[in-house]
Amino acid sequence: MRATLAQKIIARAAGRQSVRPGEVVTAKVDLAMIHDSGGPRRVEPILKELGVGLFDASKVVLISDHFVPGDTDEGARILELTRRWASERRVAFHDGEGICHVVLPERGHLKPGMFVVGGDSHSPTGGAFGCYMFGIGATEMAGVLATGEIWLKVPGTILIEWRNRLGPGLTAKDIMLALCGRLGMDGGKYQAVEYAGEAIAALSMQERMTLSNMAAELGAQAGLIAPDETTAAFLRAAGGESGDHGPLFTDPGAELLEHHVFDAAALAPQVAAPHSPANAAPVGETAGTPITVAYLGACTGAKYVDLEGAAGILRGRRIAPGVELLVAPASRRDQQRATEDGIMKVFEDAGARILPNACGICAGYGVDRLGEDVSCISSTARNFKGRMGAASSKVWLGSPLTVAASAIAGRIADPRDFLREANR
Amino acid sequence: MSGRIFLFGDDIDTDQLAPGQYMKGGLEELAKHCLEGVRPEFAAQVRPGDIVVAGKNFGMGSSREQAAEALKHLGVAGVVARSFAGIFHRNAINLGLPVLAAADLSGISDGEEAELDVGAGALRLAAGGRRIVLEPLPDNLQRMLADGGLVPHLKKRFAAGNGRPA
Repeated sequence: MRATLAQKIIARAAGRQSVRPGEVVTAKVDLAMIHDSGGPRRVEPILKELGVGLFDASKVVLISDHFVPGDTDEGARILELTRRWASERRVAFHDGEGICHVVLPERGHLKPGMFVVGGDSHSPTGGAFGCYMFGIGATEMAGVLATGEIWLKVPGTILIEWRNRLGPGLTAKDIMLALCGRLGMDGGKYQAVEYAGEAIAALSMQERMTLSNMAAELGAQAGLIAPDETTAAFLRAAGGESGDHGPLFTDPGAELLEHHVFDAAALAPQVAAPHSPANAAPVGETAGTPITVAYLGACTGAKYVDLEGAAGILRGRRIAPGVELLVAPASRRDQQRATEDGIMKVFEDAGARILPNACGICAGYGVDRLGEDVSCISSTARNFKGRMGAASSKVWLGSPLTVAASAIAGRIADPRDFLREANR
Repeated sequence: MSGRIFLFGDDIDTDQLAPGQYMKGGLEELAKHCLEGVRPEFAAQVRPGDIVVAGKNFGMGSSREQAAEALKHLGVAGVVARSFAGIFHRNAINLGLPVLAAADLSGISDGEEAELDVGAGALRLAAGGRRIVLEPLPDNLQRMLADGGLVPHLKKRFAAGNGRPA
């Protein structure tokens, strides 16, 4: 039977030859990822109530990122509880090393073909590595940690194809915002989205991660990209590659739920107006809107590749008077690399303030939050009302390049104007 | 138990249901701010038995299950919406909060008396005796909801020697 990539991974995890969309199956998880917010403080009381331990401590990874740096008393207490649990339960623990979705693959935990759950809505990020990975809540995670399995309704596949290549100044974030605008926040129908086409194949792993991550914004369960040599090279460098994973691709002629085709070459930088990623439109429609905060952060906007792109715009320039540029590198390792390559120096010279390697303002859990009536352009994944601070604050979403260009201009700006200037 | 309908629009997100800035504290505090961004008086006015009725994609966004937990804590009998975001839907069932979809919810007024009959899969409006048929949940979710959520469901399963030993 011709099968999609999603069906192949789910069939293996469910111990079946094949599965059909709509069937409810039980799958064994290869890995469960949790973080400080939905993790130990929420799951441990349930495990105690059930009277069981972890199904397999070697298949659990804990990462602290939401309450890092513990800048409130309650946040610090949650981090302490998280650390104690990691040591007692003997699970792999990455403490303050960065955002879970970035650290998990960076540390070699993901391998193509794995069936993975994460205690965070942006867990579809694992799909960039050919994993069927999705987000769940804390109670359901406690169930997974107790049993090692989870039910799911086998999804149909929505194939999203991007033909041709992205133009200069365009990024995966622009692709994603365009998709949010065109398909809507429920366009993914809680099915599997799969990204394909020349533009996707040309993207680096960190760019692909942005696409898979924001499958959550499309309302999909998972956001997959078939593994290729780019995937293998990343995994080898991360120490996570483990040989042959079988035919991890959607068979030609496999039944699809939907098939969308877009032209990457025709795409303009996208900006999503408050308060939804679905309010995305070409940057021309919002260009000129004054902003007071520019935020380079989050799993979809402050990885090495994002910092590199933003620095390409900012190099030799300063942010506009009255604008605050905040940079929260997504992982310690990415920040180190950016430091070695002179990228962090570009941000400092431009007048940026550097925040810890964590979820930061994106999650809105710490001291650094947007105040009343702030206008912010952000490289994060979501701009729901009040998410990053006061309900009166407004957040526009753009690519890291668009955020950098806007920080220089003091208003929403097209990064391509700055690229042209730089090339003159 | 019957209650009043609190009517909401499309795309109610988890940051409205469980605002991030109150995530550090306990459920009691968080629930006080449930939906305040779209309807400031909601938490103060809602009473046990009341029903939330909404448009499409209710609960979009975060996996934080406090979004469903806050509604349950406030005594909401359940949520009826044109459609639900996937993770929220799972979370609600796992916590024992009924969430049921119906393609057509037109003609329902804010504040009107109604009863959510989860077993029968119907929303009964007091005025005019109108009955709205709700889409049935898959069998596994019906069982979980009937057990009161995932934790009691697992306890029952473990006690029956099915799955991991207790």
